[in-house]
Amino acid sequence: MTIPGPDVISAPQAERHRRRHGAFRRLLRKPLGLSALVVLVGVVVLGLLEPVLSTHAPMSSDLAYTNASLGTPGWPLGGDQFGRDIWARVLGSINVSVISAVIGAGVGVVIGTVFGLIAGYVGRRTDAITSWVFNLLIAFPSLVLVIVLYPVVGSSYQGMMAIFGLFLSTGIFRLVRNLVITVRNELYVDAARVSGLSNLRIVGRHVLFAVRGPIIIATAFLASSAIGVQAGLAFLGFGSTQIPSFGAMVNDAFLNLYRDPVQLVWPAGFLALLTGSLVILGNSYRDVLAAPQDTVRSRRRTQEAIVTRDVPNEDAQPPMAGALLSVRGLRVRYPHVDGSFKEVVRGVSLDVQSGEMVGLVGESGSGKTQTAFSILGLLPKEGRVAADAMELLGESLLDKDARAMRAVRRHLVSYIPQEPMANLDPAFTVGSQLVEGLRGRMSRREAVDEVKGLLARVGIPDPERTFRSYPYQISGGMAQRVLIAGAVASKPKLLIADEPTTALDVTVQAEILDLLRDLQEESGMGVLLVTHNFGVVADLCDRVAVMRSGEIVETGEVRTIFHRPSHPYTQELIGSILDEESVREDDIAEPRPDMVSTKEQP
Amino acid sequence: MFSFLLRRLGAGVVLVFIVTFLTFVLTYGADIPVARNILGPSATEADVALLNEQLGLDRPVLEQYWSWLTSAFAGDLGRSYFTSEPVAAAMSSRLPVTMSVVIVACVLTLVISCALGVASAVRGGVLDSILQGISTVAYVFPAIVLGIIMVYVFAITLQWVPAIGYVSLADSPGLWLASVALPALVLAIHGIAALASQIRGSLIDELNKEYVRTLRSRGFSERSIVLKHALRNAASAGLTVFSLQFITLFGASLFIEKIFALPGYGTYTYNSVVQGDLPAMMGVTLFSVLLVVVVNLLVDIANGWVNPKARVA
Repeated sequence: MTIPGPDVISAPQAERHRRRHGAFRRLLRKPLGLSALVVLVGVVVLGLLEPVLSTHAPMSSDLAYTNASLGTPGWPLGGDQFGRDIWARVLGSINVSVISAVIGAGVGVVIGTVFGLIAGYVGRRTDAITSWVFNLLIAFPSLVLVIVLYPVVGSSYQGMMAIFGLFLSTGIFRLVRNLVITVRNELYVDAARVSGLSNLRIVGRHVLFAVRGPIIIATAFLASSAIGVQAGLAFLGFGSTQIPSFGAMVNDAFLNLYRDPVQLVWPAGFLALLTGSLVILGNSYRDVLAAPQDTVRSRRRTQEAIVTRDVPNEDAQPPMAGALLSVRGLRVRYPHVDGSFKEVVRGVSLDVQSGEMVGLVGESGSGKTQTAFSILGLLPKEGRVAADAMELLGESLLDKDARAMRAVRRHLVSYIPQEPMANLDPAFTVGSQLVEGLRGRMSRREAVDEVKGLLARVGIPDPERTFRSYPYQISGGMAQRVLIAGAVASKPKLLIADEPTTALDVTVQAEILDLLRDLQEESGMGVLLVTHNFGVVADLCDRVAVMRSGEIVETGEVRTIFHRPSHPYTQELIGSILDEESVREDDIAEPRPDMVSTKEQP
Repeated sequence: MFSFLLRRLGAGVVLVFIVTFLTFVLTYGADIPVARNILGPSATEADVALLNEQLGLDRPVLEQYWSWLTSAFAGDLGRSYFTSEPVAAAMSSRLPVTMSVVIVACVLTLVISCALGVASAVRGGVLDSILQGISTVAYVFPAIVLGIIMVYVFAITLQWVPAIGYVSLADSPGLWLASVALPALVLAIHGIAALASQIRGSLIDELNKEYVRTLRSRGFSERSIVLKHALRNAASAGLTVFSLQFITLFGASLFIEKIFALPGYGTYTYNSVVQGDLPAMMGVTLFSVLLVVVVNLLVDIANGWVNPKARVA
């Protein structure tokens, strides 16, 4: 009696609920979903038509028809070893199964949903108590369950299914509780609360609405489990022998297996049709809910985006000779469902010299991060990269396969990400993940010393301690220093920093930028600094490329552009520096709550 | 980590008390005519009353639970009403049978789920289809049906393995494996269906996370990224599913042992429930809940190992 866990369904699906419009209709368009539904309805209808379709009662036996063969007149599926009509017993068993599913899944869904909503919505203490009770139910061994059930409910299978429903509710409870906690903190629920809606209205209208998809899926699994449990108990002989059941039929056929194995086919087959159609229906509905509607999910499982070199056209500029990095006509596209493409980078050209810091500036969505990842070869696999030229130290990156690109990232190009905490592997110590990056070029002992030296170099006050720390034990500012250490550890020729200070406290921002400038001056590497903040660019960079809607609108010396921006968009960006500064001041006065707990190490 | 485990252990002890207490009250309070069942329909009312008194069944339920609990602490689980065999001895003689099947099933589940889950998360394609196929078979055919089909195909038709019975590992390792192979396989298919898709799902989630991209940006090999970094982060969810599966597989021995006629824990439970053999039922209850507590504790320890944050939780 394996109970398929509804926990395969993950919480983020709740976020997709707004896109669910017409999910049921889309389910019907899937061949598998439609056929499962047809089979399910067909089998249930067969059961309902029992009085019309069969001439015998499921329990009446006629010894003249013991083990009667298939197609005996009036006994379409033959008789079993007690001379009972197998067809009549199949129909009766369908009805018992359907009632079991309704009771088991009904009790499970109602109890699980109600208590899940209460636990997730009301508050900490209620949550703790309810969760404790449901954890108790989960831990209740199923063997014990049978022991307790049998004397208590005796022969009533309906009573047994109601109690099993209570135990099946644990999965739904966890699912609903977790979803509600996610949804509760969403803005629209806050808005509803502020506008004075009662808790009951909010739970009913907003929260329940958001979690209904996963509940529907879990209900299909629960119904299938309930049918399986009822059949299993009847197979063992728990419950009344006067009730037809697939379990009892399977047992009869099992005892008769040597004599007439075909008798197993009917109960097993119809049981499989019922449970199988429910599970496939649940799975198809989940697929429908999970499938993105606007972009294609790649079926390929290689990790790299497809990279192609464009046929050089007449007006394509040649790459700059002697440059560290030279990109010409870079385009990045993502496929849509309808076969068209969305182009996010449209013909970007830029150069970075050794020892130079180049700012790539633009608002979010302008394609600057996509440009950076194209150079690193780290775009998601759905992406399509094309360019006239993309050269690093005179070698074309467009011709390199995955292995060669890995070598490039290992030795020549490095990357500093935006969100420091999300970019460290939470399961390993800071030290071990930095050391692993150096393995292969030096011994373990040397690598450990090297990493500790680097940690000290990037301004970490107690390198030994940070070396041994797990990522969750250090602050965001420290984590960003660690990531910088990881990036410069390979002594790269080109460093790509993607908004390296955006996620940090304003006081830490300046320190990190100073550190970047110092490291660059020491090593003479080229830096491509991706940012939305022209202030940062003006402060640090030698040259700047201004990006908007996937194109570079203006490029040149920072000083020139800062004083005489020619493009109106650049003027806007420079104008916004002042606004931005004033916003950041507010941040200092009122630090974000999640920053308070993670203090910088002394 | 240590105080966390201590708290979990405390919660486990509470669970043992609650489950045994509930079971005791519900079974002993259910008015099963135990003495009448033992003595048979021809016994006189006086004999029945006398036996009830001898068994202590005329006392209040709470008092009976207290005496059961105190002797259970001393290692005495009482004797079967019907065979007079000590419950503890009967269980320990049947345990190896059930554990052989469950442990072989768990090893199969773990090994195949990891291999299949990782491979289909990374490669997809055909492996995805195999995984889907196993899941569909497991969800469509309940263990009883799958078990009987396997008996029919492998034991009756092909005669590769004996249909029923159990040979102990000490007597003959080869025959032991043959006797537990089919039941373990039936259980494992259901375990794999749950665990492999869980591993596949969490691994895909992990591989899409930012830290994986950062590791790639440092030129880490795919092997290290998948097997060392992403898999370890995905392991937490898999461990929870695995512990639930272990409990489920153990419970499924009730069905499996009937099909394969194994003299194990499931048949012992079945017989004691049908006969209303209260001491045996309590023995089974106690062992089951202890097993749950131990498995959960082991999973907590394993979780602490893969997930540093769990160590301070």
